[in-house]
Amino acid sequence: MAEKFELNEVEVWDGNYASSQALRQAQIDVVAAYPITPSTPIVEGYGAYKANGYVDGEFVMVESEHAAMSGCVGAAAAGGRVATATSSQGFALMVEVLYQASGMRLPIVLTVVNRALASPLNVRGDHSDMYLGRDAGWINLDAFNSQEAYDLPLMAFRIGEHLDVRLPVMVHQDGFTTSHKAQNVRPLQDEVAYKFVGKYVPVDDMLDFTRPVTHGAQTEEDWHYEHKAKQHKALMDSRTIIDSVFAEFKELTGREYKRVESYMMEDAEVAMVVLGSSVETAVLTAKQMREESGLKVGVIAPRCIRPFPYDLMRETLDREGLKAVVCMDKSAPGGAMGMLFNEVSAAAYTTKSRPIITNYIYGLGGRDFAIDEVKRIMNEQKAHADAGHITTHIQQFSGVRGPKLGFFDTRRG
Amino acid sequence: MSMTGSAGATAQRGVRELGAEDKVGWDEVTQGVALNSFNGETKGAAFLSQEERDYNDFNSYTATVASWRIIKPVYNRDICIDCQNCWVWCPDTSIISKDKQMLGIDYDHCKGCGVCVEVCPTNPKSLLMFGETLDNDDALASWPEKKKKAKK
Repeated sequence: MAEKFELNEVEVWDGNYASSQALRQAQIDVVAAYPITPSTPIVEGYGAYKANGYVDGEFVMVESEHAAMSGCVGAAAAGGRVATATSSQGFALMVEVLYQASGMRLPIVLTVVNRALASPLNVRGDHSDMYLGRDAGWINLDAFNSQEAYDLPLMAFRIGEHLDVRLPVMVHQDGFTTSHKAQNVRPLQDEVAYKFVGKYVPVDDMLDFTRPVTHGAQTEEDWHYEHKAKQHKALMDSRTIIDSVFAEFKELTGREYKRVESYMMEDAEVAMVVLGSSVETAVLTAKQMREESGLKVGVIAPRCIRPFPYDLMRETLDREGLKAVVCMDKSAPGGAMGMLFNEVSAAAYTTKSRPIITNYIYGLGGRDFAIDEVKRIMNEQKAHADAGHITTHIQQFSGVRGPKLGFFDTRRG
Repeated sequence: MSMTGSAGATAQRGVRELGAEDKVGWDEVTQGVALNSFNGETKGAAFLSQEERDYNDFNSYTATVASWRIIKPVYNRDICIDCQNCWVWCPDTSIISKDKQMLGIDYDHCKGCGVCVEVCPTNPKSLLMFGETLDNDDALASWPEKKKKAKK
């Protein structure tokens, strides 16, 4: 039996430590992991809990991230609660197996500490790895600070393991700005946290010898399509389970989570859609701008990136007073608009208000994104709103040195 | 589907061509492509013979791939010494053997690779490849004589 870990009502934890504590409290059967900056402290911390008797499950050190996720898939198919952590290049190496995990409907929890992808090699935070895996069939949740990096993994087990869902779940947090920034975190006591997460109920587990089962079968054009359709439906339908687990967590802790978080959107004229640690920067700036200039600035932050909350996003955008929305994508877009621009535009397309929507690429490779730049961007949105059309390129780059960089013009009213 | 001379065939083995199964919709396929081997719960399946097991429709035991084969191994009981080499080497568990006694070929799953013939140590061989359409009795009637050692 695992030792109880003494916890204060308020601890000072960085995002990595917060996530490792959540994984410990879930009493995972198997963690198979390979360390990579900036997520290393998650599995390092977990290894220490194991060595000191706070964890009953197995901790498997493997030779690569591909092997780490493969070990997770094997252990999950065998019938265990399973989790791991990674970042960036390690995440990229895991990608093949991420699709196996979701297709095999194995509720693995992966804590991703977001970091740029090479080349050029870079250890700092941006959302390139998050965007790389967004179509892998996993539920994707995003933590904006250390408290959420603790709360969301606990909820991730509940959501993914729910018998109506049975899908793997990623919990993202920003490399360094969240993962290495110590903040006040209010943890649950071990027994309260474990009671919330609950005992793992295996499905089609290979260690059930009374019902021998084959996992990872091959299917061709006659079966593959139906399986992918069923998988997609489970992912889309997981929205209701996510909502109910969020509600249950609020009842337990008082901390409220929504698939789309919104701040000061009730009367917003201009708004910023943004992810990760930049959400708090944007909210702080919005408050300042409202006080300084009276400009009604709001912030929208998708908590759930997959399944994308088109329903709640549409609801949030469908306000008469909302004139201009800027979508901030912290990932090199690779010849397209940013993901948030595309998803938010799709959600807004059927709204009555049809706000002007533009796209900014920002913060690549950990480039700082601070209050002054948010103010400049929000004032630009106000200019779009006043003109009644987009006054800049549709896609621009924020905070990059050199001549102004932008793509595509329009004069849509 | 089972052919003449096919050993250990049961009511369940190779009852349909692989791919001829009932194509259900997305709402009826199994979750995560998990395929159960047997219907319901089973105990000690490892100690039961194939004929005694309640195979699920998704187990390859109930499907036949005989149509993939263009040449087939034919087994000659009169020469076989029950060494089990073919049983060990067959990549598709298509050699039927019980209590160390060779019984014959599972023609529903054999793909005609010829490995069993290669590893057969007897003289003449107890397994030889013949055209798929040739009757097994005709094949046995044409079996070669024992080869004499070449004089030095």
